[in-house]
Amino acid sequence: MVDKNQQVIDKTLEQEYKYGFSTNIEETKFEPGLNEDVIKKLSKIKKEPQWLLDWRLKAFRNWEKMSEPTWANIKYEPIDYQALSYYAAPKQLKNDSLDDVDPEIIETYNKLGISLNEQKRLQGVAVDAVFDSVSIATTFKKELSKHGIIFCSFSEAVQDHPELVKKYLGSVIPATDNYFAALNSAVFSDGSFVYIPKGVKCPMELSTYFRINATNTGQFERTLIVADEGSYVSYLEGCTAPMRDENQLHAACVELVAHKDSTIKYSTIQNWYAGDKEGKGGIYNFVTKRGTCLGDNSKISWTQVETGSAVTWKYPSVIMQGDNSVGEFYSVAVTKNKQQADTGTKMIHIGKNTKSTIITKGISAGEGQNTYRGGVKILKNAENAQNFSQCDSILIGDKCGAHTFPYIDVNNPTAKMEHEATTSSIGEDQLFYCNQRGIKLDDAVSMIVNGFCKEVFEELPMEFAVEAKQLIEVTLENSVG
Amino acid sequence: MIKIENLKASIDDKDILKGINLEIPAGEVHVIMGRNGSGKSTLANVIAGNETYEVDGGNITMETTDITEMSIENRALEGIFLCFQYPVAIPGVSMAYFLRSALNAHRKYQGKEEMDALEFLNKAKAILSELGLDDSFLKRSINDGFSGGEKKKSEILQLLTINPKLAVLDETDSGLDVDALRTVAKGVNKFKNENNSVLIITHYQRLLDYIKPDVVHLMIDGKIVKTGDMSLVEKVEKDGYSWLEK
Ligand SMILES: Nc1ncnc2c1ncn2[C@@H]1O[C@H](COP(=O)(O)OP(=O)(O)OP(=O)(O)O)[C@@H](O)[C@H]1O
Ligand SMILES: [Mg+2]
Repeated sequence: MVDKNQQVIDKTLEQEYKYGFSTNIEETKFEPGLNEDVIKKLSKIKKEPQWLLDWRLKAFRNWEKMSEPTWANIKYEPIDYQALSYYAAPKQLKNDSLDDVDPEIIETYNKLGISLNEQKRLQGVAVDAVFDSVSIATTFKKELSKHGIIFCSFSEAVQDHPELVKKYLGSVIPATDNYFAALNSAVFSDGSFVYIPKGVKCPMELSTYFRINATNTGQFERTLIVADEGSYVSYLEGCTAPMRDENQLHAACVELVAHKDSTIKYSTIQNWYAGDKEGKGGIYNFVTKRGTCLGDNSKISWTQVETGSAVTWKYPSVIMQGDNSVGEFYSVAVTKNKQQADTGTKMIHIGKNTKSTIITKGISAGEGQNTYRGGVKILKNAENAQNFSQCDSILIGDKCGAHTFPYIDVNNPTAKMEHEATTSSIGEDQLFYCNQRGIKLDDAVSMIVNGFCKEVFEELPMEFAVEAKQLIEVTLENSVG
Repeated sequence: MIKIENLKASIDDKDILKGINLEIPAGEVHVIMGRNGSGKSTLANVIAGNETYEVDGGNITMETTDITEMSIENRALEGIFLCFQYPVAIPGVSMAYFLRSALNAHRKYQGKEEMDALEFLNKAKAILSELGLDDSFLKRSINDGFSGGEKKKSEILQLLTINPKLAVLDETDSGLDVDALRTVAKGVNKFKNENNSVLIITHYQRLLDYIKPDVVHLMIDGKIVKTGDMSLVEKVEKDGYSWLEK
């Protein structure tokens, strides 16, 4: 049995990555290297105001004094920041009409199952497509603007809504927050910007699709979402990259601001290239995501399904500042082959009656290493704060690992904390039970794993839930014998 | 229907089945009784192809097919169904999803069209009401938090839905209250016909008051040592097994 398991596990590891193709187009690309001149050049291309350049430079000067964090449970080759290029953009740049976008790029998105053509788009989802360092197209803009909703690339927002950008940029993640956030603040090239006005319930899902194409390029995008009083928005993020032998760096920042009575729901399906079975290539994904529940009764909910990347370092967090505000984190993280994930969340309770929920499902197969790292902090004035945490891990095979590091810091005696953690293997008895009912092994594994992830998948918007299920099925195909 | 010849099986080099011979023709109900640890569940598992056990010799033939080396799911698709003594829980997977997947795997194997969710629901609901189970049962995760009786009824629900050729019931009567026992018996009686077979593993006569067996086998230390009719069951109830060891 064990030998057979191993054979089939080995077979899985040879599974092709579906999105590994690359697009052959002409790109404008900076020479490798990072210094103040590079940042100035970048800022100039983007026609940025002086204050933004100053903000970048300040971040850069701080970054130079910082060192890469080493506390995470991940191992990787040192990154040579001078060997990377900090800007790559298709030569034919974005215009108002899709007709002006390079057909190769449209084709790339079609292959990824993302149609930029509004007629062909699934109803109810608006997309901002980011290709390497720049945003290529944003769909349904006009429709959204009827409601006063701003959904555009970050670069456009800087030009068209500088007051909003200036007010909120760095308000949740300060430019010097951590090593990767500082780097991102210095060199971010594009990303998405969303503003939902007072009382508006966004009529469709908003979505950004990130695609890394160029070689030796870091992708540093920045997303900023502001929900004004009483508004609601659900936002989806998807990512893929070509298969390349060298590691590619992705260091993004996502900032969310929820005003009084508003709700932001942010869902991610991360399927960056994970490297081959020897662990060669793949994306280094160092991401800072944080939201502030600024107003009373506001809510921020993070849901993530992480199946890709060679290395993942990511802790979507919520600062619950307003009274009665709510923070949620639902996560499924899958590691196989030599993938490593160190992911989790931080819930910071400041306001009274604040409530947070953390539900994480770690799945490790092959030699994958999956670490959950979660912090819950209850500040002194957070009367009656509540946290519920449940961190479950499942192991497939005997070469993988699951690790859980919960950090709890309670400074108010009225807090109610609940923490549960389990680690289990897919039981031979469960597989036998399924097989005995005529269900074959692959189907049994995906059934058991999907069952394990159910509480998280239920949080995803409908279409994404289906995609997530399929992704898990493909990812784990043949992972048990 | 099934023919077992000189079947030997072990686990961790410990011999458990020491040459079992058993033939159940279509249309018959057979019973196996025997002490705790005599190897009854092992036999059921080996028939179903559980790879935890090493088969050291002998053959299992289903109708005309030798299934001794066949994979677990192919045996299942060939018509073997095991009502587990201890059914395992699979959290987050609903009965409905699981059972429809199982049913459709069988239908596909038989060259039939797969059943859609609605058709399946109607079929399952009819069986549920006969078993005195609420429709909400289908929404629950398989065996997760089920009471002992619910677990056994769930196995019978699956048996009736999949409708295999051979049903092996491993102590399906254990731990049931009087009403549940009757419900289970009713389910088994509904299942059985002249084209299929039933193998009942039990410690008690009480289930057999409802389901009339054709043949009774007594097992001791991995071997069938006596075969007879219902009177053997009465003797065991009265005298236990020690008389067989002489
Ligand atoms: N998975 C296993 N690992 C180790 N030993 C086992 C295993 N399964 C069965 N055995 C051993 O094999 C022998 C037969 O067990 P089996 O479960 O077949 O008995 P049984 O007749 O079904 O008993 P009961 O009436 O108590 O259900 C026992 O000694 C048992 O301990
Ligand atoms: Mg037993």
